[in-house]
Amino acid sequence: MSPLEMTADAAFARVDLLNLASMVEPGSRVLDVGCGDGSLLRLLAEKRSVDARGIELSQSGVNLCVAKGLSVIQGDADTDLVYYPDGSFDYVILSQTLQAMRQPRVVIEHMLRIGRRAIVSFPNFGHWKIRLQLLATGRMPVTKNLAYTWYETPNIHFCTIKDFVDLVDDMGAVIEQASALDRFGRPVEMTLPRSLWNLFGEQAVFVLSGK
Amino acid sequence: MTRHHAADPDKRNEAIEPSSLVAHFGADEPLGLESGESLGPWSIAYQAYGTLNAEKSNAILLCHALTGDQHVANINPVTGKSGWWETMVGPGKPYDTDRFFVICANVLGSCLGTTGPASLDPKTGKPYALHFPVVTIRDMVNAQAKLVDRLGIETLFCVAGGSMGGMQVLEWAASHPDRVFSAMPIATAAKHTAQNIAFHEVGRQAVMADPDWHSGRYLEEGTRPEKGLAVARMAAHITYLSEQALHRKFGRNLQERAAPTFSFDADFEVESYLRYQGRSFVERFDANSYLFLTRAMDYFDLAKEHDGVLARAFKGSKTRFCIVSFTSDWLFPTSDSRAIVHALNAAGASVSFVEIETDKGHDAFLLDVPELFETTRGFIDSAARARGLAVPARRADA
Repeated sequence: MSPLEMTADAAFARVDLLNLASMVEPGSRVLDVGCGDGSLLRLLAEKRSVDARGIELSQSGVNLCVAKGLSVIQGDADTDLVYYPDGSFDYVILSQTLQAMRQPRVVIEHMLRIGRRAIVSFPNFGHWKIRLQLLATGRMPVTKNLAYTWYETPNIHFCTIKDFVDLVDDMGAVIEQASALDRFGRPVEMTLPRSLWNLFGEQAVFVLSGK
Repeated sequence: MTRHHAADPDKRNEAIEPSSLVAHFGADEPLGLESGESLGPWSIAYQAYGTLNAEKSNAILLCHALTGDQHVANINPVTGKSGWWETMVGPGKPYDTDRFFVICANVLGSCLGTTGPASLDPKTGKPYALHFPVVTIRDMVNAQAKLVDRLGIETLFCVAGGSMGGMQVLEWAASHPDRVFSAMPIATAAKHTAQNIAFHEVGRQAVMADPDWHSGRYLEEGTRPEKGLAVARMAAHITYLSEQALHRKFGRNLQERAAPTFSFDADFEVESYLRYQGRSFVERFDANSYLFLTRAMDYFDLAKEHDGVLARAFKGSKTRFCIVSFTSDWLFPTSDSRAIVHALNAAGASVSFVEIETDKGHDAFLLDVPELFETTRGFIDSAARARGLAVPARRADA
């Protein structure tokens, strides 16, 4: 699923992608897992001169990417990452796709094996609006950025920022950089202490490395 | 004019006197073969469309499949029908002849003008028949490379083809990596599977069981193993389709009759269709060529040439690859394409891969499949940009 499909607001998606792109060293080798229509890869190729590769589940997404001159493989991150050799990329990116993975932990482990660094961005299910919706309505939250009903959502593994940090600790991976974003895609760390990210961040981005 | 012995006497013998372009190589330029044998003099018949630019950087080599030929985008001189890839090749088509110089050569061992078993053996003046050396996919590619040399082209902008053509594309990329800027292997595999070899063996045995085959000397005997070759084609044709496509086209429909005849007539439409496929094939194809070309496919195993590791075949490759498979293709299933993709990934090569959803089976690469056109356009245009070739404005920002 592409970031553009996930978020109703294209401007938000743009800021989100720029934010991700800024975390990537120029000239590096990047694999974008679930690269959608290739927006991020193209941005990385143009702005950061990276060697950009992708995996995408949908045929339409792959076709869009191929038309942009990107090297993208139709495939399923849950099953296909195993075929990538160790250390073959500088960065492996999973943008807004973690929650749709059948085995998020296995996917992140593969990302850390394949890349020197893994960059993971995901919607934060601990955001106050989501907490409030569940509390007030007693029903699974449906928000602008997470606009699916529970029975048809592709997002099967939601987590909060705290949950994610627990997983990273459990895997023994290292958080090199972290950032929470508000609903405009702006980092909240300028205004908020880290202890409040889980409540006020709509999204989070983590840069991880292996032990 | 030399005539084909048993065929329509008014028809030109395309095996010996092709109506396409031909490059001749004399006895002083023999073609060394993988088997250790050497072939010479030899010829390679080809067609060309579009114009080669001054830099000679816009050439696309298309590789045809088992029973294909060089007549990609013109009326076929044998069948009188359209070229086999007119959907893909022509002005404004994905392989755009307004922008690219498109070449297709009849493969070594075939029967449309490139040296093959129906060609005359200079030693005897008779058709080679089984005295023709067993050729491989690599030999076919080396023959094409000699043609490309003669055309003065150093690097091909793209090498593309489906099925056996895709095998040639892979071989080109592996053995001439610096001469292939981009590559599109479609509905193909890096090796022929046991099942594929098995189907080919059935076909060959059908040909050889026909008494008119005469141990391969049928041209001298003035006969043709039409029944055997037709059966071979019928069996093979089933493998080019899918169960869904057969059901969609024919189901259990009866052929121009209300009820079964309680005989072995072609009661069912599907029987009638296959018989027609068999009949029309023998009119255009040489039986011995069928034996040699199926053998070449059977022998293909690109990894074996590289210590069993496919990734090594593409080590350090700068070629841009676009791999395409079709969901209902059970002859060269998506898993075969994925194996190529995984090897290219492991080699760090630039690779895209699309699996196209269709019920048309292996033959989908020859048919009207819009997703194939879209993928090809996107890949070719982006590769053209990378090569510094002009891309029409309407698609410049696709």
